[in-house]
Amino acid sequence: MGYAIEFQDVTKTFRGAGRPAADHVDFAADEGEFITILGSSGCGKTTLLKMVNRLYEPDSGKITLFGTDISTMDVVKVRRRIGYVIQQIGLFPHFTVGENIAIVPRLLKWEKEKVDARVEELLELIGLEPEEYKNRYPAQLSGGQQQRVGLARALAADPKILLMDEPFGAIDSITRIKLQDELLGLHRGMEKTVLFVTHDIEEALKMGTRVMIMNEGKIVQFDVPENIIRNPADGFVKSLVESAKAKEQFWERFQ
Amino acid sequence: MWEQIIAYFEMNSERYFLMLGEHIRISLCSLAIAVVIGGLVGVFCAGRYRIQSVAVPVFGTLRIVPSLAVLLLMLPILGTGMIPAVAALALLAIPPVLMNTISGLESVPEAVLETAKGLGMEQSEIWKKVRFPLALPLILTGIKTAAVEIIASATLAAKIGAGGLGDIIFTGIGLFRTELLLIGGLSVAALSVLTGVLFGLLEKAMLRYRNI
Ligand SMILES: Nc1ncnc2c1ncn2[C@@H]1O[C@H](COP(=O)(O)OP(=O)(O)OP(=O)(O)O)[C@@H](O)[C@H]1O
Ligand SMILES: [Mg+2]
Repeated sequence: MGYAIEFQDVTKTFRGAGRPAADHVDFAADEGEFITILGSSGCGKTTLLKMVNRLYEPDSGKITLFGTDISTMDVVKVRRRIGYVIQQIGLFPHFTVGENIAIVPRLLKWEKEKVDARVEELLELIGLEPEEYKNRYPAQLSGGQQQRVGLARALAADPKILLMDEPFGAIDSITRIKLQDELLGLHRGMEKTVLFVTHDIEEALKMGTRVMIMNEGKIVQFDVPENIIRNPADGFVKSLVESAKAKEQFWERFQ
Repeated sequence: MWEQIIAYFEMNSERYFLMLGEHIRISLCSLAIAVVIGGLVGVFCAGRYRIQSVAVPVFGTLRIVPSLAVLLLMLPILGTGMIPAVAALALLAIPPVLMNTISGLESVPEAVLETAKGLGMEQSEIWKKVRFPLALPLILTGIKTAAVEIIASATLAAKIGAGGLGDIIFTGIGLFRTELLLIGGLSVAALSVLTGVLFGLLEKAMLRYRNI
């Protein structure tokens, strides 16, 4: 069977770009891993994610899911089996919250009762009272609530692989911690393999079974959180870790 | 004046409704053609800026030509009657449909389209469930503009023997009968307003999800 997700020397350069957005990316994730991806803006995190569900095609290299080369699979079928939370949320404005969550189950032709039950279950999970929110339109939700609906939509068909592009960007820190914990609990209970992009080093270290740090299209370090903190691979990682430590010192001053 | 109008309807109500029917028929036919051509060209042009930069001015130029001139120009080619009138009116109405189809389709947020793709929708489903429904309100605005213009301009169709409410007006001008001018003119105006209101309601219903 092999790895859940494997990149073999994948490179992608956008037309007209000076340097590759993904530069010889090579890594493998076991089934059930929660991999957080960290790096400064424009370093290629979104590009990496979008190559997994083939929104972008690599120029060279190979990507496999559970041992199968994705370029040989039916693209629509691959996508329906992967949960995807887009960075810009991307809710359908003319669909209600319930309909947005039900998109993939309906594409997979689930029975109506099963879809309805699933929608209710997920709304509970993300902390939105089903009776109150199911029939609202996205325009009637706050940014953070929209982001949570995006998360529920990605989870709807219970995909084995989840791609999450800064899913908690617009969520306040209290709700954020609650959702982080819920997602972790969810992850522990199910054999899901997650690629989770974030800008927040603390979130990356807390959530990840392993943390991938990227810079200018390359993977700089890919390791368990302790090793990232103890043995930063280079100056870039070191400065990231130090920025987190500086924040801690800031809080210690008030104690 | 009032008595003259009542007298007209007592004598000619059958003829009046015949002409009203003609007017509506000419308008509907031209609108249908404009929607099909403007819509298809619009779908083809959306997101293709080079093709747009040719197609939009071409149809725009055809529109600038006053419709009476178009009608007269078409006389030698198409002769008189309903067909040239419909052709000229359709030409007049294509640009608003075309332009609003393009801007409607281009107004659909990239993130929504990308999500649709990322969730595993087929291209045909994306058009049917996402792209088209989200573009529809703006497309409808274009159709409304087109319809109102067609109804007003269809009055001129009588000049080339296509009939319609213009017949009443031109007869009124010829015979110096003000009541005929009033009847014809007000009927056209009422038809335009009614069409505008109907489309307005339709648009509002389509945009319910945005303004609750
Ligand atoms: N569709 C595209 N066409 C051309 N260039 C692109 C495209 N998408 C991304 N890029 C470029 O590729 C590089 C990597 O972009 P990417 O979106 O993967 O960054 P990111 O790490 O997700 O950044 P952020 O944290 O800001 O979201 C950037 O230099 C960007 O300008
Ligand atoms: Mg990004």
